[in-house]
Amino acid sequence: MDDDATRAPDPSGIDAIPAPEGATTLIDTDYTIGQDNVELQVGPFGLDIHNPVFLISGLTIVAFVVLTLAFQNSVEPLFAGLRDFLTSTLAWFFLGAANIFVILCLVLIASPLGRVRLGGKEATPDYSYIGWFAMLFAAGMGIGLMFYGVSEPISHYSTAIGGVSAEAGVRTDWAPLGGAAGDQAEAVRLGMAATIFHWALHPWAIYAIVALALALFSYNKGLPLTIRSIFYPIFGERVWGWTGHVIDVLAVLATLFGLATSLGFGAEQANAGLAFLFGLPNNDGSKVVLILAITGVALISVVAGLDAGVKRLSEINMVLAALLLGFVILVGPTVLILGGFFQNLWAYVEYLPALSNPVGREDANFSQGWTAFYWAWWISWSPFVGMFIARVSRGRTVREFLTCVLIIPSLVSVLWMTAFGGTAIDQIVSQGITAVQDAPLELKLFEMLQGLPLTQITSFVGILLVIVFFVTSSDSGSLVIDTITAGGKVNAPVPQRVFWAVFEGLIAVALLLGGGLAALQAMAVSTGFPFTIVLLLGCFAIVKGLMSEPR
Amino acid sequence: MYRKILTPIDLAHRDRLAKAVDTAIDLARHWAIPVVLVGVTEAAPSAIAHNPQEYARKLAAFAEETAQATGVAVEARAYTAHDPATQIDETILKAVADTGADLVVMASHAPTIGDALVPSHGGRLASHTAISVFLVR
Repeated sequence: MDDDATRAPDPSGIDAIPAPEGATTLIDTDYTIGQDNVELQVGPFGLDIHNPVFLISGLTIVAFVVLTLAFQNSVEPLFAGLRDFLTSTLAWFFLGAANIFVILCLVLIASPLGRVRLGGKEATPDYSYIGWFAMLFAAGMGIGLMFYGVSEPISHYSTAIGGVSAEAGVRTDWAPLGGAAGDQAEAVRLGMAATIFHWALHPWAIYAIVALALALFSYNKGLPLTIRSIFYPIFGERVWGWTGHVIDVLAVLATLFGLATSLGFGAEQANAGLAFLFGLPNNDGSKVVLILAITGVALISVVAGLDAGVKRLSEINMVLAALLLGFVILVGPTVLILGGFFQNLWAYVEYLPALSNPVGREDANFSQGWTAFYWAWWISWSPFVGMFIARVSRGRTVREFLTCVLIIPSLVSVLWMTAFGGTAIDQIVSQGITAVQDAPLELKLFEMLQGLPLTQITSFVGILLVIVFFVTSSDSGSLVIDTITAGGKVNAPVPQRVFWAVFEGLIAVALLLGGGLAALQAMAVSTGFPFTIVLLLGCFAIVKGLMSEPR
Repeated sequence: MYRKILTPIDLAHRDRLAKAVDTAIDLARHWAIPVVLVGVTEAAPSAIAHNPQEYARKLAAFAEETAQATGVAVEARAYTAHDPATQIDETILKAVADTGADLVVMASHAPTIGDALVPSHGGRLASHTAISVFLVR
């Protein structure tokens, strides 16, 4: 690490432009950013949107929502069937691709290509480590950690200790690998390893690949900050035509449906939590109020902008999450958690080759139903999270970038899973409390916190975190969609991002009331398949792009 | 009366800002003082430039051109912001402090209902600075 990394950026985020920041190899293209844009005046608002990506995305979204609402009984099995077909038949493809992403990231960290700096040789980081990490977590993973931190380790532990069962030669159990029938200690290890496997290197490598490709082609090569730019080395000038339009529209659809359905389900889960804690009525009215409140705060955040809104909320969130994590570690089984961190890390390393093996798997339920599903899910979120990470990562070297996007978040995930899952398993194993095990998914975290002191306070922090994590996904997602639909312009008029944030909230409300959240979520996860191909091509583009950069 | 005029400029919409720039130049000529053109850009590539350095060069060239055409001393100052769409006002305030300008001449749209959601930059600037602000409509 050199001086650049430790030099604090201007806290206001605004700098008078310094002397040239060193050589980069610009890609020579005739395309000018915004050349396909149209500027409109809608009422009092000026808009600057990409033609046709904005219109096609908007209309397709409306069409899908209307179709889903009108024919939800026939659409849901269709989309769910598509998702299940992809994650079962093509499980090997998802697992194999994710392994390639991890390996490429690790190789790049070690190779001389890691010296390339995003934004030019003398560029300085746009954000401090704290602000950067806060935004990494807030955009892409925080909300999942809240919900699955307690439940997933328990699931894998229970199925592992249950061992293998088969019917007509087909495994009917959900245990990872061969399970650990009756062996409690080994079942805990396998359960934690399997959970960490889904939340550590692989998801972060998926995000890192998209983010690195975008940052490289945008900051170093001068192409617009939009998904299609990754493909310039492959398709050349054609990326500015329909090839690129399709890629960008797909990215917008995956992001918006992913966000809107998560928001809808999130409202259900947050409502259940609030009902459990404070006796709030658990009905559609409260859920709609929750969605509108989350969207309202996201709206304030996007209008305030990246620094004053999104970054600040992410930092608040990180402090709250750190407090909750610290509390669980201190008040829960401290020694068990701290020792568990290293044991689980070791279990992860030990089981990693078997868990990530894409072919010849005996544990179809686990490898397809859990792993391939997760990979498709992470990949369908990767255009959004990757683009947001790229937006805030200028000025880091490739090595520093990958270490901070891959290794450190993975370690945090291990610690988080150990603290929350480990405490919950401990409650089951050594205290015989099964409340957590029996509780529905959305209440598991709160049941676990009930086993610790100060329940009222920690549960309140928990629910607040859930809600604010939704806000930080919603606001950063709106920024990303706005940039893509403005043809890569990051300074498009503010009313456009307001539009996307509101649109997303309204779709969540429509699907919640009319039904179809599950259907559209299945659709969103299915987009993981085309994007896996996109990411694999992205790997090639990254290597090719990095080779031509001065190091 | 004044020492230096500051005029924010958007290189992508030069035509729309012509009136504000002309006003600034005329006033500068009247008092024989310099004009500073301030541009705000993002780190990501834009329609104007592939990177902030290229943007700064283009802004400097525009200032040079204006100076030669009018005979008024015109300098350029480019800034990068993380999210320019929401950071125009604070950037101009920073530029005022950096350059020691004591009059801002800038283009602004007539007030509309939309200002409730996204306030006009000129209006907000005037309520956050002690120096004079001349809004050109």
